[in-house]
Amino acid sequence: MNKILVSGKVEGIILKSNDPINFLGTVDKKTGIISDKAHSLFEKSIKDSILVFPSGIGSSVGAYTIYSIKSNKTSPLAMICKKADLTVATGCALANIPLITISNEEFESIKTGMKILLDTDSTTPIHYQ
Amino acid sequence: MELTREEESALKGEQGETMQMAYRILVATGEATDAEKLIPIEWAHLSGVNYNTIGDAGEEFLSTISKDARVTVKTTLNPMGFDIDNVSNYKLDENFISKQLSIRNSYETMGVIPSFSCIPYEIFDIPKNGTQVAFAESNAAIHANSYDNLKTNKESAFSALASAIVGKSPYSSLRKEDTPNITIQMKVKNPNELTYGMLGFYAGKIGDTSVNISGLGEMDQRQCKAMCGGMGTSGTCAKFNFGDGDPNTEKIDFDEKEMQNVHDELNTAEKGDLITLGSPQLGLNEISDLTAKLKGRSFQKRCMVFLPRTVKEQAQKIGYITELERAGCEILSDCCTCLTPLICKDDVDAVTTNSIKGAFYLKNSNGVGVNLKSLKEIVEDETR
Repeated sequence: MNKILVSGKVEGIILKSNDPINFLGTVDKKTGIISDKAHSLFEKSIKDSILVFPSGIGSSVGAYTIYSIKSNKTSPLAMICKKADLTVATGCALANIPLITISNEEFESIKTGMKILLDTDSTTPIHYQ
Repeated sequence: MELTREEESALKGEQGETMQMAYRILVATGEATDAEKLIPIEWAHLSGVNYNTIGDAGEEFLSTISKDARVTVKTTLNPMGFDIDNVSNYKLDENFISKQLSIRNSYETMGVIPSFSCIPYEIFDIPKNGTQVAFAESNAAIHANSYDNLKTNKESAFSALASAIVGKSPYSSLRKEDTPNITIQMKVKNPNELTYGMLGFYAGKIGDTSVNISGLGEMDQRQCKAMCGGMGTSGTCAKFNFGDGDPNTEKIDFDEKEMQNVHDELNTAEKGDLITLGSPQLGLNEISDLTAKLKGRSFQKRCMVFLPRTVKEQAQKIGYITELERAGCEILSDCCTCLTPLICKDDVDAVTTNSIKGAFYLKNSNGVGVNLKSLKEIVEDETR
């Protein structure tokens, strides 16, 4: 289901993970690099990407990690999830990182490397470029 | 989400920046959880206390908002990074200690009870059945929903803080009567707390917001806490419904094979250099039980025991603490294994623990090896 959790307008390149993300403990706050060896984005940086992933998981303190990576300028430009969990929703609300959810079909079709414009005021928030 | 006129006005900033921020968080939370409105809550429990996890961004944020933010309902607090009584025994730098004390000060300024505990359900009186609360600590939220007849979302650090300030929380699915679409059938024989931790971890990966769980025998407090801790670590799920549920629900077995998979994921070492007990922190019953198990025995390596300060004080009066210290335990209040700065991979290769939650964070955050053992095995193998 499409929802707008945090509004905004940004342009960027998709970085997609089919694994959920536990922001607490698996994202290096200084670099934005995923440090969990079992994660499909291991050693990749989420900085300045439009991060697409199913949902956040794990400890609620992960919301502060999102606020932290925003303060450290290592955060994604925006996040797109299949399901909005509370940790990601509130972390993004406070850090003012645009966040939307999309349908399963759109999640399947969206791929790493795609360039998009995300505009939450538009009737179709994702514009593929 | 429908807001009242007063709530709309707060969201627009007409009641100040702090209220605007708090409402923005509640609205994002409400949208995420399909809430149609905000409802009053009676108790908030906050996470985001340990400087090791919230860092400078968290410390500065709390320092800023504590200038005018005040909580309006009973509000309790998760563990911080150390126990001030014995912090000098550990290698923490001045910066860590002063930032941690600043965080403590910010919360106290806002009117929060400085409980520094991840087991509020064990050290505070439980309100009457069905009371709406807002618990951020994942094991506490799951325990509140599953065992204490309270109702909470699995709140984030921010949504719990916003709820504490506003005194309201979104009316989301976990607060209503829900019907899980999955039933996990417990098939492992002779389970101990480690088994239940792994069952919780498995359930958290599979469940969405809640799961049915069947085939559970009588469980003690340690096992219940282990199951809640395991579930909170691996997913978004925040409630166990005990029993088979609706006959049409999908049935999934938790058997020896599934248990071995979880074990292989988290058990990365054959032995530990030190032992930790806690995550969740130990309550008075567990301390009493541990004291009995250690009678006449001593640990052959370091063993860190984490518990709330109120439990430490009670245990001191009864004499448990003297006994545990005699057996070689390091007693730590106000903090816990989960994301502890007191265990560093420069000094420690691997840790032995009976906590699945602890194991996950020791492995992924502290970067040390993990050796899983039940408390019974720990006492048998590591003491003389």
